[in-house]
Amino acid sequence: MLDSTLQQLGSALRARQISSVELTQLYLDRITGLNPKLNAFITVNPEMSLVQAREADARIAAGQASALTGIPIAQKDIFCAKGWLTTCGSKMLHNFVSPYDAHVIGRFNDAGAVNLGKTNMDEFAMGSSNETSHYGAVKNPWDNARVPGGSSGGSAAAVAARMCPAATGTDTGGSIRQPAALCGISGLKPTYGVCSRYGMIAFASSLDQAGPMAKSAEDLALMLNVMAGFDERDSTSLQRDKEDYTRDLAKPLNGLRIGLPKEFFAEGLGGDVAQAVETAIAEYKKLGASVAEISLPNSKLSVPVYYVLAPAEASSNLSRFDGVRYGYRAPEYSDLADMYEQTRAQGFGAEVKRRIMIGTYVLSHGYYDAYYLQAQKIRRLIAQDFTEAFRQCDVIMGPTSPSTAFKLGEKGDDPVQMYLSDIYTIAVNLAGLPGMSVPCGFGANNLPVGLQIIGNYFDEARMLNAAHQYQLATDWHSRAPQGI
Amino acid sequence: MTWEIVIGLEVHAQLSTSSKIFCGASTAFGAEPNTQADAVSLALPGVLPVLNKGAVERAIKFGLATGAHIAPRSVFARKNYFYPDLPKGYQISQFDLPVVGNGELVIQVPASGKSEGYEKTVRITRAHLEEDAGKSLHEDFHGMTGIDLNRAGTPLLEIVSEPDMRSAAEAVAYAKALHTLVQWIGICDGNMQEGSFRCDANVSVHKPGTPFGTRREIKNLNSFRFLEQAINYEVHWQIEQIESGGAIQQATVLFDPDKGETRMMRTKEEAHDYRYFPDPDLLPLDINEEWKEAVRATLPELPHAKQERYVAELGLSAYDASLLTASHGMADFFEAALNEVPGQSKACANWLIGEVSAQLNRDGLDMAQCPITPQQLGGILKRIADNTISNSGAKEVFRAMWAEGGEADAIIEAKGLKQVSDSSAIEALVDEIIAANADKVAEYRSGKDKLFGFFVGLAMKASKGKANPAQLNEVLKKKLAG
Repeated sequence: MLDSTLQQLGSALRARQISSVELTQLYLDRITGLNPKLNAFITVNPEMSLVQAREADARIAAGQASALTGIPIAQKDIFCAKGWLTTCGSKMLHNFVSPYDAHVIGRFNDAGAVNLGKTNMDEFAMGSSNETSHYGAVKNPWDNARVPGGSSGGSAAAVAARMCPAATGTDTGGSIRQPAALCGISGLKPTYGVCSRYGMIAFASSLDQAGPMAKSAEDLALMLNVMAGFDERDSTSLQRDKEDYTRDLAKPLNGLRIGLPKEFFAEGLGGDVAQAVETAIAEYKKLGASVAEISLPNSKLSVPVYYVLAPAEASSNLSRFDGVRYGYRAPEYSDLADMYEQTRAQGFGAEVKRRIMIGTYVLSHGYYDAYYLQAQKIRRLIAQDFTEAFRQCDVIMGPTSPSTAFKLGEKGDDPVQMYLSDIYTIAVNLAGLPGMSVPCGFGANNLPVGLQIIGNYFDEARMLNAAHQYQLATDWHSRAPQGI
Repeated sequence: MTWEIVIGLEVHAQLSTSSKIFCGASTAFGAEPNTQADAVSLALPGVLPVLNKGAVERAIKFGLATGAHIAPRSVFARKNYFYPDLPKGYQISQFDLPVVGNGELVIQVPASGKSEGYEKTVRITRAHLEEDAGKSLHEDFHGMTGIDLNRAGTPLLEIVSEPDMRSAAEAVAYAKALHTLVQWIGICDGNMQEGSFRCDANVSVHKPGTPFGTRREIKNLNSFRFLEQAINYEVHWQIEQIESGGAIQQATVLFDPDKGETRMMRTKEEAHDYRYFPDPDLLPLDINEEWKEAVRATLPELPHAKQERYVAELGLSAYDASLLTASHGMADFFEAALNEVPGQSKACANWLIGEVSAQLNRDGLDMAQCPITPQQLGGILKRIADNTISNSGAKEVFRAMWAEGGEADAIIEAKGLKQVSDSSAIEALVDEIIAANADKVAEYRSGKDKLFGFFVGLAMKASKGKANPAQLNEVLKKKLAG
């Protein structure tokens, strides 16, 4: 049951082979057993989950079930969910029970899915290892001494360890794809604007995008069918016709043109990762795809550009956490300024403070042009590179992350090394393109490697098709960590 | 050489939308604290702003009404600073790309003392959309501060003038003209007590022919009287500083109405670095020609256009025309009354500016609360025109009408105010007087012209004030001439 696809679970529920209450309880028990070891969840609330499960069972009994009705889904703790503690991995929100639902949460509720719990994450989604969480690091289910990646590390670990059938994540610079790669699961960051950001706690507004994390591309498509859609409460949400992301899954890949950016296969890429990715590309050729080298000349600037723009937006987005209205407030302070300073000094962790300071600096009078404006210009050049590239290919493929999962604490002292683990994913966010990661083998120490697939704007269905056909031909995605 | 005063105003006009600029919460004034603070107003984690089109339309209206440039694309920016009544830690405003730029407003500066009134054009640098902050309440919380976020997110149009004003009187005239305009075009209720229209004044002094002096900004002036007092105090203070060898430091000051003084709030060195940057949660604001023209079609005839028409077509003075266009209500009343007595624009204007305005003032009413209608006033004017009543009789009719209502004709009848215009009756009356005052008549005829008034007085008394004055004069003159 734990290895079942969403489609299989849905069928079993609708055939009344299992009830949503039973299924939810099964996963809750598994979380109880594994979470002390993996720390993938910040909050589980069996009572609330089971209320939803009972409602789902009633809906199924009434013959009104849709694809995800009754299926428990883990939610990244960045999404506000009514009545649920919503911490964003921060002490700052250690006591914040959301009075409202994020758009994405609302979509799952409408679909009759069960909220299984809130998954751990880097504090305010700032991190690539899940070590910045106020609630402690998440352990990689493949090797408990290693990181799961981040920031959606809790969701990735939970899916990999079969603590949930699927989960949500958010991706600002690689936060869905990199942990998916490091945990051996599938994850998709849609085109910017496909999923509403309403109720998703903002890190860098122009880059943040929600997406699904699951065991297979097919499951991602079913998840995205629920998550995507216009929302008038988000001005950057895109008004488009409703899509069925499963529609092209079965298409053969004959004639698919794959571009391989030479910059993604250069210095800094781990040999084991390179080998797994190259093997995957060979498999695609067998499936009928053609492969050509392309160039993304400005992509090498994506990490520095990102670390100007994302902190700039974050420094402003995180100003609302001031101890005045909700969340953490320092217990002692002498006056207003001291209340702000103490609250923010105590409520935020080191990485968040670092980024607030960088962001504040680059927006400051006298530095704005040199940093923020310059970075915006390069951002446009990076996007143009992709536009050029998609004249020559249908999808771009390469490694998701330069290495497999690294050890807990290994990069903790060196933020730049940490930032470089997103070197292949960040450009996609800067361009607003959709990107995904699928398991494509194992590297040294039997650790999973992820293949990144980047599509043109709104080409999610084609990417999912490419990933699904690959998963029909290989079984990397169905490997699960043993003996956690 | 004397000092020249240089003033520029920044006016915050609260736009009259029923919901806030970036969310659906109500903007109604005076509700219980925080009852109009929804998730967006509270800046809960995860919430996002959505622009209120009604606020944009009001900004477009203002731009069109001041002959300004409406930006086809403007951008919302975040102004970052911490304050408890600023829930997001930033204010969404517009910075380098405002929605309105390069407008102008023609103002009438009234006569005062020896100087005559004059017209002046004040340039408007820009007007931009932004959200208001909430309120900090320092009383009633035992040493703590209460925060009311009902006002947070209320739409404002910040209207920035060029430093074109050269006296407090000009600044007040500009502020009043702007106050009239925003109400006239229906974008702001103009309620200054409730803070719907607030002024900041940038004031400096210099010797003509030299560069402008360093300015100080007086914040949050919420009445025309305070605006005038604050500027006059500030100018006086600055001149005194400079003349006693000091220098003016760029600063923000507050006006204390009780003491009539301005006092320092912060200097330029202490000024915030607001770290403006484009708000990534909002798309650029695009306004196409179609939208602009649709808004233009809803604009009424503007005060200045009306003024010019009143002068050119109705022969009124520029000053009277400006008073008649001080509010939409006034102009509407004028035009409706004139409709009753076509051609009598001067009489209409005089009565409105004179009797009607005076009575409204005395009773503390505004035009909308005026107890008499334009038709009723027209009724009085008709009877003056056809000589049924004298001017003094008309005032009596007006007073009765104001107090008790009723139509002019009925009041004239009831009070017996109809003047005698029957020439034979007046001639008989004059004959009697001449006969009874033979000695005075003789004096008059021998050259004592001043006695004419004496005869008029007698005749009026004899007619109980009802004789038509013009007619009476004519008959008297003729008969006295012998």
